[in-house]
Amino acid sequence: MSALDARVGETRLITPVIREVSLMPVNGTLPAFSAGSHVQLHLPNGKRNAYSLLSDPGDTSHYRIAVRQQAQSRGGSRYVHEQLQTGDQLKISSPANLFPLHSTARLHVLIAAGIGITPFLAYCTELLRRGAAFELHYAYRAGLSDAYVEVLREQLGEHLHLYESSARRLDLGQLLGHRPLGTHVYACGPQSLLDALREQSLALGWPAARVHWEAFAAPEPGVPFVVELARSGRQVAVGAEQSLLEALESAGVELPNLCRGGVCGQCRTPYLKGDVEHRDLFLAHEERASSLMPCVSRGCGSPILLDI
Amino acid sequence: MTLIFKPAETYRDDFSFRNSPAAIARFPFPFPEDAYMYSVNIEPAVSRDPGSVFEHSFDVDEHYLSEMAERARVLERDPERCLVMPHMAQAAWDLLEMLMEHLAGDYPQHFLLERNGTAWRWQNLAMGIDQSFTFGDADSLPCEPLEYITRQMQGDFALLDQRDGDLFMDAGMVTCPADWSLRFDAGMSFKQWHSPVPMANQMGIFERALKFLLNIQVGHPVRRLNWTLTINPRLDTSPETFHEWGSDRGSVTPDNVGSLVHLRVELQHMARLPRSNAVLFSIRTYLISMEELVSNPAWGRRLHRVLRDLPDAIADYKGMTRYRQTLVDWLRQFDPEA
Ligand code: FES
Repeated sequence: MSALDARVGETRLITPVIREVSLMPVNGTLPAFSAGSHVQLHLPNGKRNAYSLLSDPGDTSHYRIAVRQQAQSRGGSRYVHEQLQTGDQLKISSPANLFPLHSTARLHVLIAAGIGITPFLAYCTELLRRGAAFELHYAYRAGLSDAYVEVLREQLGEHLHLYESSARRLDLGQLLGHRPLGTHVYACGPQSLLDALREQSLALGWPAARVHWEAFAAPEPGVPFVVELARSGRQVAVGAEQSLLEALESAGVELPNLCRGGVCGQCRTPYLKGDVEHRDLFLAHEERASSLMPCVSRGCGSPILLDI
Repeated sequence: MTLIFKPAETYRDDFSFRNSPAAIARFPFPFPEDAYMYSVNIEPAVSRDPGSVFEHSFDVDEHYLSEMAERARVLERDPERCLVMPHMAQAAWDLLEMLMEHLAGDYPQHFLLERNGTAWRWQNLAMGIDQSFTFGDADSLPCEPLEYITRQMQGDFALLDQRDGDLFMDAGMVTCPADWSLRFDAGMSFKQWHSPVPMANQMGIFERALKFLLNIQVGHPVRRLNWTLTINPRLDTSPETFHEWGSDRGSVTPDNVGSLVHLRVELQHMARLPRSNAVLFSIRTYLISMEELVSNPAWGRRLHRVLRDLPDAIADYKGMTRYRQTLVDWLRQFDPEA
């Protein structure tokens, strides 16, 4: 994976738990990107997390991301909140898009909860530029996850529908009912939102091809474990706060990867034996007997022998 | 290597197209072995072998001016060879940006690009073009952006929209195709437009190729070579003009086979377009007559073996059945062990 050099520009706390970070090119400009793209941040502590780009996709002078402090942080979001400073240099991956706009949709319905707003900020800029028909439905908690509410109000006017958690409930059934043909729905937020969307859209007869979501499966910590690489006989220890993918990378073993969150399928790795706690959203049940996704999944018992 | 454009040559009527010895030396001969089998043979499109067609992402060669004149001629007769569906407008700008950046970076003696925000100035010294325009504003160019830039670059260009887990051919400039048509394939999915290739479908090759293409990332283009044969150095072998060239296949004789039959090699380059998330599929075509080709003894020997042993289904698909025996007989003289 080719990485780009970036310098941390302005960082600001936009809610008590969300920090916005701008990333500047070290020389020249950054690559243009499409709305819905993310980049991986290679943090000095060895952690690499993927974050949606929320800035204007046409603006190659800088990128912006927003990072929520996770209670269960493995050191990635905590590092961004507590240690990352303006002027720091770090590597970022080229933007990649696992959550693109559907180019022939007639109406785009965007549903965001909390920090799940980030990809939709770029979406909205792009949809306004295109003059496309769209609605943004944004559920948040006042004073905690209400990032960008004011900006969006100004920018979007009638396109915006707000659901402050104590005042108004986001009713998916109502939101998805009676939509014209050619409507596409996109959601980003916690797993509970995505599960509800899947259920409701199915119940209302939405074709799967018109329902899109971005999962936020950041790897979670666990207990330390050890894997062995069958081809070389090497052993690699995985710390409690590390993912298996990160441990392999620090041992010099690079695997293809994009989302680092168990959804894209890129890092799929075969294994020969061992007990695996599968935490991905990609592999089918029967595939799990012989493959695992090292970006999120962990060992949980007898040692894992990777077929690499 | 300094690039010198040959004076105008033709790809029709009197067919004055010829390769210089330098062009023959850099011809992308596509057979790594004495036998041929269809394969995906995709590799990362990284620069290699300075002077070769693999040095730059978009190769400009001595035929540049002739090929651009040929494109203009085809478009004059049939403007529909260029097509951009409305949802592909942004991908068209992506392509314009990518081509201008590469051409200006790789051939600074012929192409110049100045950018100041969205105010751009493009100079194509080879074609005598000096155009100031606003990036993103189609009205500031003399024509639609995809047409504008592909009238200045060799090869065909297809832009594929990625949606529903598939790729759709929704824009392009296709004036030198090996018997396929943008108009017929427009709006089709990857699987639909590949369905005529024999044997490959059953082998699951397209499933894998599609998966691969869907995963191409910004900054990681890939390429592959493909080949067929063409009678006369004719670039425009499209279904629309079949009545003009279809009967050529019957005109091959033992006397003219060396000058009439051409190996046609496509250097296909696939890249993710950053702003639109579309996939670029560009096809740069190289032609070489049999007489020119056998000036390299290793190529003559190998081509003889490949064509002699080619499965009939593939020979049929490539349209060479009528003259294959004549060609193999002629090539045998360059294979001392045969
Ligand atoms: S990197 Fe995407 S599933 Fe592991």
